[in-house]
Amino acid sequence: MITTTHYLIVSALLFSLGLVGILTRRNVLMILLSIELMFNAANLAFIAYARAWNDVGGQVIVFFVIVVAAAEVTVGLAIAVLLSRQLKTLNADEVSLLKW
Amino acid sequence: MAEAVFFYIFSGIMLLAAGSVVTNRHPIYSVLSLLLAMFCLAVLFVMLGAYFVAALQILLYAGAVLVLFLFVMMLLNLQPEALARMRIFTLRAVGTFAALLLAWILVQIVRSVPWAAGGSGSAPGGTVEAVGRLLFTTYLLPFELTSFIILAAIIGAVTLAKQEPRK
Repeated sequence: MITTTHYLIVSALLFSLGLVGILTRRNVLMILLSIELMFNAANLAFIAYARAWNDVGGQVIVFFVIVVAAAEVTVGLAIAVLLSRQLKTLNADEVSLLKW
Repeated sequence: MAEAVFFYIFSGIMLLAAGSVVTNRHPIYSVLSLLLAMFCLAVLFVMLGAYFVAALQILLYAGAVLVLFLFVMMLLNLQPEALARMRIFTLRAVGTFAALLLAWILVQIVRSVPWAAGGSGSAPGGTVEAVGRLLFTTYLLPFELTSFIILAAIIGAVTLAKQEPRK
């Protein structure tokens, strides 16, 4: 039988995979993509709990998470385009103008 | 029985696709792997009874956000990430170890709570009507505020990325 715990374990593994992407990728767009993966893991956890507590509010929260993630991706990609235009690089290590 | 088969197949495909997202050298293949992962996630949502959110996931997330990602990647014409030698190995090892530690901690926390099989709801209430009823009664203010978020994102993206016309 597939319990809520199974879905939550899948969500935890997905979240950790997103964390691997954030920590190991140097391309700014790949980091944004890994953040999207973590959003999806959180969404899966929300839906699993919505089913467990028999509360539809969890699915409404996922609706808002999807909308906020879309807005954040829009602005993040605009920043990435600006970065590639100004600094001619998308490598996160080379964006260090604010360092002393 | 059928639920278990579908769960293991689709969560296995989703985890493999997520692994491809974080390790693939070609950025386009990473985005396409995330697309596959989102479709498998929509299947899991349907299995959990969230029909409206599954449709939203495919329409909005896979169909708009990832397409935007693809457009921007093709605009920027990303090359496959060149593999440097020394430092990247240490970076990847430390990052993978930190994520494995987090995964182990999360799985221990999740497994410590005993859930009944299948959740307590017999009739899943994730229809369009149920979610829409909540959206327009309890969550009306956040629903209206999301329109402001979208407006701010549009204005921000246009202001950031527009180019001045050359005189």
